[in-house]
Amino acid sequence: MTQSVVVQVGQCGNQVGFRFWDLALREHTHVNKKGLYDEALSSFFRNVDSRNSDGRACGVGGRIQNLKARAVLVDMEEGVVNQILQGPLRDVFDSTQLLTDVSGSGNNWAVGHMTYGSAYQEQIVDKLRKAAEHCDCLQCFFLIHSMGGGTGSGLGTRVLSLLEEEFPEVCRIVTSIYPSAEDDVITSPYNSVLAMRELTEHADCVLPVENQSLVDIVNKIKHMSHGGKPGISIKRDSTIISGQGGLSGAEKPFDAMNNIVANLLLNITSSARFEGSLNMDLNEIAMNLVPFPHLHYLVPSLTPLYTLSDVSVPTRRLDQMFSDAFSKNHQLIRADPKHSLYMACALMVRGHVQVSDLRRNIERLRPTLPFVSWNQEGWKTSLCSVPPVGHSHSLLALANNTCVKPTFMELRERFTKLYRKKAHLHHYLHVEGMEQSWFSEAITSLSSLIEEYNHLDATKGKLMPDAPRLSIAR
Amino acid sequence: MSVVTVQLGQCGNQVGQELFDVICSDAEEGQKKTYSAGSFERFFHQNAHGDLVARAVLIDMEPKVINQSMTKAAKSGKWRYGEASHFSQSQGSGNNWANGYCVHGPRNRDVVEELVRREVECCDRLAGLMAMMSVAGGTGSGVGTYITQCLRDLHPKSFILNHLTWPYRTGEVIVQNYNSVLTLAHLYQLSDAILVHENDTVHKICSQLLNIKQISFSDVNKVIAHQLGSVLQPAFTADSHGVYSRNPLGELVSALACHPEYKLLSVCTIPQMPSSSIAYSTFSWPGLLKHMRQMLISNSKMEEGKFCSERTRSLTGFGFNRSLANLLILRGKDVYCAETGGFEDPDLYTSWLSSEESFTLWKSPVLFNKYEKSVTLVSNSQALLRPLDNMVRSAWNMFASRAYVHQYTKFGISEEDFLDSFTSLEQVISSYNQLC
Repeated sequence: MTQSVVVQVGQCGNQVGFRFWDLALREHTHVNKKGLYDEALSSFFRNVDSRNSDGRACGVGGRIQNLKARAVLVDMEEGVVNQILQGPLRDVFDSTQLLTDVSGSGNNWAVGHMTYGSAYQEQIVDKLRKAAEHCDCLQCFFLIHSMGGGTGSGLGTRVLSLLEEEFPEVCRIVTSIYPSAEDDVITSPYNSVLAMRELTEHADCVLPVENQSLVDIVNKIKHMSHGGKPGISIKRDSTIISGQGGLSGAEKPFDAMNNIVANLLLNITSSARFEGSLNMDLNEIAMNLVPFPHLHYLVPSLTPLYTLSDVSVPTRRLDQMFSDAFSKNHQLIRADPKHSLYMACALMVRGHVQVSDLRRNIERLRPTLPFVSWNQEGWKTSLCSVPPVGHSHSLLALANNTCVKPTFMELRERFTKLYRKKAHLHHYLHVEGMEQSWFSEAITSLSSLIEEYNHLDATKGKLMPDAPRLSIAR
Repeated sequence: MSVVTVQLGQCGNQVGQELFDVICSDAEEGQKKTYSAGSFERFFHQNAHGDLVARAVLIDMEPKVINQSMTKAAKSGKWRYGEASHFSQSQGSGNNWANGYCVHGPRNRDVVEELVRREVECCDRLAGLMAMMSVAGGTGSGVGTYITQCLRDLHPKSFILNHLTWPYRTGEVIVQNYNSVLTLAHLYQLSDAILVHENDTVHKICSQLLNIKQISFSDVNKVIAHQLGSVLQPAFTADSHGVYSRNPLGELVSALACHPEYKLLSVCTIPQMPSSSIAYSTFSWPGLLKHMRQMLISNSKMEEGKFCSERTRSLTGFGFNRSLANLLILRGKDVYCAETGGFEDPDLYTSWLSSEESFTLWKSPVLFNKYEKSVTLVSNSQALLRPLDNMVRSAWNMFASRAYVHQYTKFGISEEDFLDSFTSLEQVISSYNQLC
């Protein structure tokens, strides 16, 4: 069994991470009835015997003593991390996993990336190495951060390149929260574009998530649960925004949104943690979904968003789950995959679903979805037998689709607007190590990424002839 | 004589477990002692407690599936896997043939060879080795190819049969066509014969013949195991004079793989039906054999009930499936009355081989897996030409845009290696195309 380490950077990264650990514990409590430390638990948690002063971990198979998250928490201010440490999850982390400063990055990518990056480089590497040493077989780093601020985007991407240097063999999956267009951070276009270049060059996969989409989904679920239609009621702990059954008590403002991202991470790792008739390991994600090194932005969508409380699960509802995964309203960024071009698509199913259900739905949906000519059968599927808490089944779709392009173009536009007037540029150029070339290189990198997507889009709808085959001399 | 099975990857380990299950329960129910004894000698040995232990080595790069298969086997109460005859690592090959072939394979070579050697030493006489795997993933295909190569080096004179499961055309692994091309091209140089099951065909059997509503992988694997079991269980050959043949792999290879250019074998078995209907159905040998002959000629791997009559379909017309060699296996009641002349028709076969050399018949009066009568055809024919061609075409289209190639070069497989594999499979396709 393999293990993964979660690295959460910045305010947003830590808040999402916090929801992730809460829901991960809830899920394992739900599945693991015997109270034994099993393989599935070991993928995200260590089992530490507190009586041993040296804090050595116990092996798989024994009783659960003290679970410690395989995580590294980094923030350049103390607020959020302190909140976590005072909350019900305080025992899951110990002080050696934390790294905080007091002054924050002031929404400045350069401060995070350059100033703090250099000052804390050794400490960060040290903490990452410690976390890695606790794993028998470290397979994946999950980096959670936001793109708009200073710490998450600046220091977060610095951590990413440190991971690449120190652990070149270990897969790096990054969950990046993109700012809304009407973001209150004025420099967020700068920060995002500077961070984008790092993501394009150093990540194996990026799961982009947009704030606005999370807001929309939360509103939709709230509308449904407050009597959207008469006669429909939703099971209490079944919505993907619910933290019911977790350790934390009262919900904080962003919890609902963050729970969605936490569920995304739980589902993406479910097939690696639990058994199923068609496993999908984490290293298979990049292998199947990334045809060209830079095009590794995978649009996630989660279904169902909630479960109705009547018990029966007609096939119709199961099929609806598959249809929803491709609809605009269920994507975690504002994008329409159906009207763009698919390069590859993964369907990760949990719960009581058979391979025939999967096949039926792929056959049904395939004609409506445009795939690139050389990958007409670009489906990767997995079946995990353990459903998420409160659901009988669920589906996570990851699409490598050109529909991410509009988001990137919008970002470029907002960047250019600021950059043309050189607005706020001096804040960045003050920082030691930061030069204007970083800006021009970042925007060039983003433009060439957009260009790559354009090239693919240009082939859409055209009938591409088969490549002429090798012929055999007789 | 005994066969050592090497189960590789998720698919290989799941199908292997179902195969031993079928073989064990079939041999137990068999009325004839010689049949059971022959079957057990082939596939099992007894440990100190008298338990039947499969002559198998289980290999996977991640532990979950092996644990499942071992538990399932132990739970059956009839047989088990050897306590120490499995090997797993903690991290899978990630659907990457190159990762399996260039990294995991060489790294674990010694351990695997040792496990196989121990299993081989348990055999009084070794009939050959059978490697079971899928071609889609990374471990089955990549490590499987590498291990087959090691087995070939260790046992240059033994028969090596590869049982391959071909993936669904859509929706298992996106790089499955690359992995398949690399696997097949390499195995073609190593293996004596390659026995193929296509998931799509088996899935159709499950839905249309067995009437399973929600088909699981376990259902698919059970069908594969049934068909494979009916090939591998003891039977009388033409010259065995009332004694069960001793060497299933050797007999199979010599009957079917007479030319190194032609190694792809397809299998079909009739009848197949829900177990609840078996008791209410009767079959006649002439009916079954006529059916099977139609299936052979029209290359349908499933009995569908409606065939155009013999007269309307000329033997040379479009869609006719030319054979190089066929092996017909009849099991069940009154098997000696069965008339198999229809399969000896020279028009079915290529002109450069006489029909006596092309056609082989095995019989066994023992009922197989509860079926009163059962016909299995293993065919070296154009049957797999179309799926193979599709596979190569899809992979070649992908290769033309160099998509995913960087994932392979990372582990040391170059573009030239790809080209070599494409070339050798185009050669195979062209050979089968020219079969006439």
